Amino acid sequence: MTMNRRELLGYGASALGVAAIGMPNIARAQASELTIAYNVNLPSWDPTTGPSAVNPTIQGIYQSVFDQFIPQAPDLSFGPGLLTQWGWNQDRTKVMMTVREGVTWHDGSPFTAEDIVWSLQRAGDEKTGNPIQFVWKNVNNFKIDGNTITGDVVQFDPVYFKWMSFLTGYVLPKAYYEKVGAEGFEAKPIGTGPYMVDKFERNAFLRLKANPNYWGGKPAFENVTIKFVTDAASRVAEIESGSSQVTLEIPYEEYDRLIGKDGLAGSCDTVSDIGMVFFNDIDVMKDANVRKAAVMSVDKKLLVDRLLRGYGLPIDTLETPEYAAFDPSIKVEYNPDKAKELLAASGYSTDKPVKFTIQTTKGFKPKDYEMIQAIVGMWRKVGIEANIEVYEIAKHYELRAADHLAPAAFYNWGNSIGDPTTSTGFAMYGPSPHSVWDGQDVIDAINPLWAEPDEAKRIAGWKAVSKLIADNAYVLPLLQYAQPIVHAKGVKVVPHKSGALLPALMTPA
Amino acid sequence: MILQRFLTRLLTMAVTLFGVAVVVFVVIRIAPGDPIAMMLPPGASQADIDRLRALYGLDKSIVEQFFIWLAGVLHGDFGTSISLRQDVLGLVMNRLPATLELSIVALLIAVAVGGVLAVIGARERGTAVEAGIDVANGAALSIPDFLWGLAFILVFGVLWPVFEISGRVSPRLELPFVTQFYLFESIFRLRFDLTKDLLSHMFMPALALALPLAAIIAQLLKQSLKELLSLDYVVLARVKGFSETQVILREALKNAALPTLTLVGVQFTFLIGGTVIVERLFSYEGLGNMAIDAVINRDLPLIQGIVLVFALLFVLINLAVDMLYAVLNPRLRHG
Repeated sequence: MTMNRRELLGYGASALGVAAIGMPNIARAQASELTIAYNVNLPSWDPTTGPSAVNPTIQGIYQSVFDQFIPQAPDLSFGPGLLTQWGWNQDRTKVMMTVREGVTWHDGSPFTAEDIVWSLQRAGDEKTGNPIQFVWKNVNNFKIDGNTITGDVVQFDPVYFKWMSFLTGYVLPKAYYEKVGAEGFEAKPIGTGPYMVDKFERNAFLRLKANPNYWGGKPAFENVTIKFVTDAASRVAEIESGSSQVTLEIPYEEYDRLIGKDGLAGSCDTVSDIGMVFFNDIDVMKDANVRKAAVMSVDKKLLVDRLLRGYGLPIDTLETPEYAAFDPSIKVEYNPDKAKELLAASGYSTDKPVKFTIQTTKGFKPKDYEMIQAIVGMWRKVGIEANIEVYEIAKHYELRAADHLAPAAFYNWGNSIGDPTTSTGFAMYGPSPHSVWDGQDVIDAINPLWAEPDEAKRIAGWKAVSKLIADNAYVLPLLQYAQPIVHAKGVKVVPHKSGALLPALMTPA
Repeated sequence: MILQRFLTRLLTMAVTLFGVAVVVFVVIRIAPGDPIAMMLPPGASQADIDRLRALYGLDKSIVEQFFIWLAGVLHGDFGTSISLRQDVLGLVMNRLPATLELSIVALLIAVAVGGVLAVIGARERGTAVEAGIDVANGAALSIPDFLWGLAFILVFGVLWPVFEISGRVSPRLELPFVTQFYLFESIFRLRFDLTKDLLSHMFMPALALALPLAAIIAQLLKQSLKELLSLDYVVLARVKGFSETQVILREALKNAALPTLTLVGVQFTFLIGGTVIVERLFSYEGLGNMAIDAVINRDLPLIQGIVLVFALLFVLINLAVDMLYAVLNPRLRHG
């Protein structure tokens, strides 16, 4: 092929054009700038209504802009925030709250006790579409006296104040919201949180600006850009290329590779999210020997070590060590020989295995499908032949709400407030739409705990429920997940046990 | 003749869109995944479930829901997104320009790359250069667009970071735009700093989308050119002293382009379909990226709105190609 001078110039100009378009234009880390490659999109700015309100993965963004009634420290402990004090009266018929003074909204207007009351009333109003309305409606008739609020208890719920740190437990600006309406708030949200919304392009990015008047002190980074990068490979590229300084939720293999690179560091600590296999009280699962064998024959440590590269913690109940009702004395042994004996007692063996279906997602959680494959392999060795059925998470929710799940089904369960009600309680209480096992003994054990006023007695009761569940193998708890976070060495990141990635906890190293 | 053809196509277009609307409406409602079940909090009672179902109008029969939705659509109301809690039409129209710009840039790249390769291949027919182009075409066709995207991210995003990996525009920039057609508006306003930034974000996804189409154009156009190059009028041009490149560009290309045009029109609709995955990969804020979120969240009104707009786009492109072909083809023009 020959090329004349004109063609050569043409090709040269084209190459220069492409290079000019792509000249490095990438935001590098600056002292006041922080860019985070985030793993999910933010669908809506109202943290109290619609599906976003119960989506745990975006709570970190909400908590950057809005304050919860009661904040949680990185170890999940509760501390003073917009509410500095809270509690019940002696007979649990009234709540009392003290509101922090001197706080302002992002638009400079003063935050008052009225904002707290309005937020609680709005959350309890079923017309607003708050999915947690069933909790907030339990207290009403609020009265304000200075910076003190009292309210009448309609139905005592010992977890009421813990919900103030959980899903939909956010304080919104009464006057501003009433002035701009739902659409106006969606377009320009304000809160009292550590960061103010500077710019928001849905599905693309969020620019935050430090709140200079934040009651907890101005955050270290003046400007934070959160890029919504939903593809894990792209997030890896973002951090590796230096386009972003922090990212999370990448494959563990990539985590190990990235933290070995110059200029990058990371953490992979456990968070309040567990993997488990629900058992449904149908077919062969009614046989205690089958359930116990299915639990005993799973080597959870091997699953964590081999599939999750050691990132994760095997668990024996639905309570993790950070939760209020964790009982380290409850242990479920790994004993495949005992599992064989139990199955033999019910007439099953490797030659004549018990058969059932196990449902799982594929790619919804790290190595979910691979984990179920490994479990099925372990089961096969003791005389359980499980057929794997893969479905989407949406299908799981639908089947679970209708109580139509297969005899075994993989799922994960988050519980950032660490209360047994919102883990063991809702997961194992038969009448709950999230429960799969409907055994009457568990229902009877849980029933008195919903409204138990004595906290020590309540927690002891939940520990007993965990023991009952473990002894009868009503569920197969697998592991507590670890959350991989990779960051530039120039940024110090404090991981939060809830799994929320909070820019306010990040400082220049 | 062309007018009659146009009116017939408009009628079939309306029927097609109605059919798409019915199919999409029914399929997404019988497909697995209940949007209400997905937003149920722990501890929700049956009353809570019923309340949410009524709130989103899902407590009525499918037929009833369909006619309510259809009546709304005919009045320009596509409903409210369940997950985003905003007007569906507004959301879709807000995103459509981003996807259109990406698709048009991809098309331009495909036509440019495919056209150049076709001309070079035709000029160098029977040599190692043509064989090399055939091999490259084969590779471009057999590797799906999202894999090209991943490869570009690795090469141009990580190893030689010259292009932006994610997004449509740099968050730090202040945008003066009044439309959502950022790229076109930046050129119109002579804000080439913004044009450069937008192209820097768009280049990798557009190239990933363009490569398979470029390969198709190159193959088809090259074949057409090769056939034409042996015809008498082309031989005559050579005799007149035109160089081989001049012969191809001045004499053969126009006639060879007609069959390619039809194919490009059809393939362009596939290219737009490909934006769904590619936009996701590059976190590009287009309609495709939003479609994936809508499906994950089982946001029924939003899925319906997006699919209907995609369908409208497809039939409009087909109509345009059909009309263009009729105008350019003398046999149809005078027939």
